[in-house]
Amino acid sequence: MDPLLLARWQYAITTIYHFLFVPLTISLGFIVAGFQTAWYRGGNPVYLRLTKFFGALFLINFAIGVVTGIVQEFQFGMNWSDYSRYVGDIFGAPLAMEGLLAFFLESTFLGLWIFGWGRLPKGVHLATIWITAIGAALSAYFILAANAWMHHPVGFTFNEAAGRAELNDIVAVLLNSTALAMFVHVIPAAFLTGGAFVAGVAMWRLLRHPDVDTAAYRKAAIAGSWVVLVAGILVVVSGDIQGKLVNDQQPMKQAAAEALWDTSAPASFSLFTIGSLDGSEEIFSIRIPYALSWLATGSFTGEVQGMNNLQAQAVATYGPGNYVPIVPLTYWAFRGMIGAGTLAALAAAWFLWKMRKGRLPSRGIVAVALVLPFVPLAANSAGWITTETGRQPWVVQDLLTTPLGVSPSNGTLEVVITLVGFTILYGALALVEVALLRRQIRIGLPPVEPEGGTSTDGEPDLALGY
Amino acid sequence: MELTTLWFILIGFLWIGYFVLEGFDFGVGMLLPIVGRNEPERRATLRSIGPFWDGNEVWLIVAGGATFAAFPHWYATLFSGFYIALFAILVALILRGIAIEYRNKREGTAWRTRWDWTIAGGSLATALLWGVAFGNILQGVPIDADKEFTGTFFTLLNPYALFGGLTFVLLFVTHGAVFLALKTDGVIRDRANRAAWAVGLPTAVVAVVFLGWTQAIRGDAASTAIAVLAALAFVGGIVANRLRREGWAFFATAVTIALSVVSLFVALFPDVMPSSTDPAFSLTTTNASSTEYTLGVMTVVAVIFTPIVLIYQGWSYWVFRKRVSVPPPIVES
Repeated sequence: MDPLLLARWQYAITTIYHFLFVPLTISLGFIVAGFQTAWYRGGNPVYLRLTKFFGALFLINFAIGVVTGIVQEFQFGMNWSDYSRYVGDIFGAPLAMEGLLAFFLESTFLGLWIFGWGRLPKGVHLATIWITAIGAALSAYFILAANAWMHHPVGFTFNEAAGRAELNDIVAVLLNSTALAMFVHVIPAAFLTGGAFVAGVAMWRLLRHPDVDTAAYRKAAIAGSWVVLVAGILVVVSGDIQGKLVNDQQPMKQAAAEALWDTSAPASFSLFTIGSLDGSEEIFSIRIPYALSWLATGSFTGEVQGMNNLQAQAVATYGPGNYVPIVPLTYWAFRGMIGAGTLAALAAAWFLWKMRKGRLPSRGIVAVALVLPFVPLAANSAGWITTETGRQPWVVQDLLTTPLGVSPSNGTLEVVITLVGFTILYGALALVEVALLRRQIRIGLPPVEPEGGTSTDGEPDLALGY
Repeated sequence: MELTTLWFILIGFLWIGYFVLEGFDFGVGMLLPIVGRNEPERRATLRSIGPFWDGNEVWLIVAGGATFAAFPHWYATLFSGFYIALFAILVALILRGIAIEYRNKREGTAWRTRWDWTIAGGSLATALLWGVAFGNILQGVPIDADKEFTGTFFTLLNPYALFGGLTFVLLFVTHGAVFLALKTDGVIRDRANRAAWAVGLPTAVVAVVFLGWTQAIRGDAASTAIAVLAALAFVGGIVANRLRREGWAFFATAVTIALSVVSLFVALFPDVMPSSTDPAFSLTTTNASSTEYTLGVMTVVAVIFTPIVLIYQGWSYWVFRKRVSVPPPIVES
C-alpha cells in the first residue's frame, strides 16, 4: 500500500481522535471554573460538590487530550517531513508559541489546582482553574492560526532557491481572518460540547436516581442546557461568517460542500443531493432557491462558483490535475455537522422546557440524555472532515499538494506499524476512558466536607488528586 | 551572536529543562515499584511528582515546537528519520501519562498494579530511547544530500547509542532517587536514599565512560572540560546523598544532567545532525535554519515569555515544597 495513503489515514485518525477530547477540555475547564466561582462567591456547598464532580470528569478527559497532543506535534515531522521543510519557517512559530504561552500555563496551573486544595488560599486556588481554562483556549488560538494558514496562506513569500515558503509578517499570520473566524466558531462549538456533556450527565443522574441530590443535578442540567443554547447561537453566527470567508478564500471547498457543479447566480441551497458514483455530476436534488447565494455572498442573487468552472480555472493556473475534493464526503460531512449541532441544541431546548418552573422531566428522556454528550462530538468531527477534505488536493491551499508533503524516507511497513499501533492504542484508551467516566458518573457527587473542601493538613483532595 | 547560534543554545536550554525536570519524574516512575511496597507508599511516591510531571513534559513539547520553528530541516530529518524510535517514545509517553493519571481514579489492586508497572516501564523505555536518540545524533547517522535519513530503525541500535540509553536510564534513576529522598518522609525517604547510593556508584562509572566515548567520537577541549565538570558534580551529588544533604544532592544531580546536555550540544556545534555518509551533507545551525525574520520573531517571544514560565513554574515548586508523608491507609468503599 502507498505510504502516502497510510500517512493520510494516520493523520485523520489521530487528529479526529485528539479533537474528541480537546473541546471538552476547553469548555469543561471553564464550566468547572464557573461552578467553583459560584461556590467561592456564595458559599453554597452544592456548587463545591458540582465543582469536584465535574472536575473529576474533566481530569479523566484532560489526560487523554494531553497525551494524544504530543503525537500531533511529532507527526508533522514523522509523516510529513517535506511539508515541514516547506512550511516550517511559518508553521513552526505558532506551534512553538502554543507550547510556550499556552501549554506551560495549562499544565502548571492544572497541577496547582488538583493538588492545591487546602494549600492555596481559596481565591488563589480559584484563579488556578481559570488560568488553566484560559491556557486551553489560548492553545486553541495558536493551533488554529497554524491550521488557518494552510487554508488561507498569508504573510509570506515563496523562496524559489530554498524551495519553501518564508514568513515575512507574523502579525498577518496571527491575525489571519481565517484564524479569527475559526476561533470564534471552534470555541462556541467547544462550549456546545461541554454544555451537552454536563446537561446529559446531570439529566441522566436526575432520571436514574431521582432521590439523590436532585437540586444539584437540576442546577447542572439547566446550566449545561443554557450553555448549549447560547453556544449554539454563536456557532451559527460564526459559521455564517466562516462560510462567507470560505466562499472568497476557498471557493472549491464551498462548491464541494454544496455539491454545486455549475456556477450559478442565484444559487440554490441543496438540502439533499445524490450525485453520480464518481461524484462528477448531480443526479437528483432537493433545493431551496436563492439560499446558497445568500449564505455565501450575503446577496440573494450573488454568484457562487461551481466545481466545473473552478476545476477549469485551476488547470489553467496550476497545470493538469484533479482539483476537486471528494464531493460526497465534503458534502455529507458538512450536513452532518449542521445536523448534529442542531440536534444537540434542540435536545437542550427540550430539557429546559421539561424542567421549566421546577418541573422534573419524565423518564422517557433518559435515552436522549445518554446520547446527547456524543452528538456534538460527531458535529465537531464532521466539521473538521468538511474543512480538511474540502481543501484537498492541497495541503496548503494553492501552494503545496498533499502528496508533496509526505516524508520520502518512510516505507510502507513503517507507516503501517505506526498506523496500526496508534489505532489500537487509541481504541483501548477510549474504552478505559469511557469506563472510568461511567464509573465516576455512577458514583455521583462527592459528599460535603466539613471544612468546605479545605483540609487543614495539606492533604490533597482525593476526589481529584492522589 | 548569530540568531542561528542563539537558537541552538535556546533549544539546548529547552532540552536541559526537559531532562532535568522530567528526568526526575522518569526516575521516580522507574523506582515506584521498588520504593513503594504498599498502596499508601506508592500513592505518596506518585504524589511527589503529581503536581509537576505534566508541566515538566511541556518542556519536550516546546523543544519540539522550537526545533520546528527555528530549524525546520533538523525537525524534519530527525522526526522522519528516527521514525520508529519516536513512535515507541510516543507510545511510552502516552501509556505512562495515562497510567499516572488513571491509577487512582478507581480502586482495585489489579487495576493499580497494572498501571504501576506501566508507569515504571513507560519511564524506563522513554529514558532509554531518548538516550539512544541523542547518542545517534551525536555520533552521526546516514543522511544524504537531500537532508534525508537513509538508514533504518536498526541503524539506530548501535553500541554507542545503546550505551547512551543505558547512561540516561541510570542518570535519571539516580536523579529521581535523590529527588524522592528530598521530597518524601519516612520509609520512602530512606529507601530512596539507599537506592541513590546503590545506583549512583555504577552510574558514575557508566556516565564517565559515556562522556569519554562521546569526546572520542566528537568532542573538543570545551566539551571535554564540561563533561569533566558534569562528572564531578555527579560525584558531589552521590556524596551529598550519602551525607543526607538531600537538597545539595538534588542540586548536584540536576547540574550533572544540565552540564551533560551542554557538553553534548557543545560537541555537536555547529552541526545539529551530523551525516555519517558525508560530512558535507550534515545539517548545521545555518543550513537547517529558518529565516532571520522568523528567528527574530521567535527570539522576541522567547525573551518575553520564558522568564514568565520560569517564574510560575518555580512558584508551583515552591507551593508544593513540603515533604510528602505516607498517608494512612484509606478505607476503600
